[in-house]
Amino acid sequence: MARIDLDLAHAYKPNPQRDEDYALLPLKMTFNDGGAYALLGPSGCGKTTLLNIVSGLVKPSQGGVKFDSVDVTGRTPQQRNIAQVFQFPVIYDTMTVAENLAFPLRNRGMAADKIKQRVDKIAEMLELSGQLNIRAAGLAADAKQKISLGRGLVREDVSAVLFDEPLTVIDPHLKWQLRRKLKQIHQELKLTLIYVTHDQVEALTFAEQVVVMTRGRAVQIGSASALFERPQHTFVGHFIGSPGMNFLSAHVSASGVSVGGLRVMAANAKLDGDDAITLGVRPEYVTLAVPETFGALPATVTQAQDIGTYWLITAHVGNDHEKRDGSLIRARLSPEQNIPKVGDVVWLNVIGTHTCFYRNEELIA
Amino acid sequence: MKPINQKAWLLILPVVLCVAFSAILPLMTVVNYSVQDIISPERRVFVGTEWFKAVMRDDDLQGALLRQIGFSISVLLVQIPLGIALALSMPAKGWKSSAVLVLVAISLLIPWNVVGTIWQIYGRTDIGLLGATLAKLGFEYSYTGNATHAWLTVLLMDVWHWTPLVALLCYAGLRAIPDAYYQAASIDGASKFAVFRYIQLPKLRGVLMIAVLLRFMDSFMIYTEPFVLTGGGPGNATTFLSQYLTQKAVGQFDLGPAAAFSLIYFLIILLLCFILYNWMQRVGTQDNSGGNHG
Repeated sequence: MARIDLDLAHAYKPNPQRDEDYALLPLKMTFNDGGAYALLGPSGCGKTTLLNIVSGLVKPSQGGVKFDSVDVTGRTPQQRNIAQVFQFPVIYDTMTVAENLAFPLRNRGMAADKIKQRVDKIAEMLELSGQLNIRAAGLAADAKQKISLGRGLVREDVSAVLFDEPLTVIDPHLKWQLRRKLKQIHQELKLTLIYVTHDQVEALTFAEQVVVMTRGRAVQIGSASALFERPQHTFVGHFIGSPGMNFLSAHVSASGVSVGGLRVMAANAKLDGDDAITLGVRPEYVTLAVPETFGALPATVTQAQDIGTYWLITAHVGNDHEKRDGSLIRARLSPEQNIPKVGDVVWLNVIGTHTCFYRNEELIA
Repeated sequence: MKPINQKAWLLILPVVLCVAFSAILPLMTVVNYSVQDIISPERRVFVGTEWFKAVMRDDDLQGALLRQIGFSISVLLVQIPLGIALALSMPAKGWKSSAVLVLVAISLLIPWNVVGTIWQIYGRTDIGLLGATLAKLGFEYSYTGNATHAWLTVLLMDVWHWTPLVALLCYAGLRAIPDAYYQAASIDGASKFAVFRYIQLPKLRGVLMIAVLLRFMDSFMIYTEPFVLTGGGPGNATTFLSQYLTQKAVGQFDLGPAAAFSLIYFLIILLLCFILYNWMQRVGTQDNSGGNHG
């Protein structure tokens, strides 16, 4: 087990010039010993690259990796004592389940009786005890993935266990079971776990700390609630949540904040200057308001969908039907309310304690 | 009850016709010859299983069969490991891999009789690179005079000609193994040998099966190269089955015995392929139940 410090950048091509040349832009990050972390982001955001750098499969082109303040940048995964579970289950076809689990220990020359003890313990934890003596090749995907995981856990001194979208090939109803198993293992073994995924539900339920990444940049590190309530970057607001945060083009001036020419908020210390900003508010916090309320905006409803436990209203700010960028707003309304119909003009409250303001995509207030 | 529709027979008719002309009719012609004594184009006598009995007792033929089996086994024992080793040492990507692939494939592009001629010259002690070098080293090499030398030369020629096929098949098989396996093995601390034994070899099972079957069938039917190189000699040291058969059928015009033997020959190949195929299918898929761990 180890505390992992990263201070690096990575480009697959030599001589990166622009930001686009980097798979990972310069970043500084610490994974605390025994923490459960998730790297969350869309495909191609650099999360797998970051994971492979931690494991030692990829060497960063700049900077380095430290485990417990020891520089391990040049070391192999084996020397770093990392365990990694891949997207597709990797098992040794010709071996039994027990032999698969014993393989990493056998390669390290451990005594046979100790290996057996350890394998039995891990198999029991993963509920594989009944299948120890059957050939691993014939098992279902979820059992195979458990074996891949078991090969990582079987080593007692492992520094961290890394997961690269491990539930991609698993049936949905088994995903829940495996995810619960992972949490349980984390609580029992107190290992550092780093989990890569593009599924926000997976990341938010699994991890204590979620690292949201986009285009080679880690834009925010925080707990599920921090990511939800105070997205540091518009990407986080947009990526987390279903649907994501509403972003409205706004203008800040000495008199306050206005959206589409309508003043919605008085000026305060954090919001100063005289320029364009973005107002962000989650659909969960948008409420219906009495017309002409201060802090509310008139909007034309373009869509009203019944999602079961709530209604999702899509509207455009302003009473014309012109669709401009930064004027789309969605609201989650409880079915007990009077749900507006398509074409109605409604007033929606967008100002509250949960409203965030962004300049150049970064949170300012 | 479901109505029975006989139209399906019409649909398979084209295939039946193709197979009939390409396989069944020629085979039946051979069957026809094998039970008759053809004295002249006008005179023929039905002899039943007489030729089969005679052929089975023929010493020359038994000798050719034994030589053939020995040759095919040697071919497999040399070419399969060598092909795997070659594939493992070939570069995986970049221009080097393309260059090596082309180089390796060259010998496969040479017609059989040219291969024979190349080696005939190559092995000559006066002008051949191999023969002259061996002679200079004081080694009395002669593929025309010494049976062992002839036999080894034919084997070496086949290895040179066909190992690349095994290598190419294995190369394709190796490239199909996802990177995650190597990464997992490196994380599990596997040695190079363990990677080969537990990842590469099991993943190559499919292509190796094809390689073994192809090499077995081809080597069992080898004809042109030894015919050009040694003509089956010295004596009959390198007379393999095909050549023996051709001598009998075309040389001596003993159509009956030749036909009888070609049927036996056909059955031997079929049987051995069947055994090989089933054995290789079983290896690697059978359950290791009861195998202890730890």
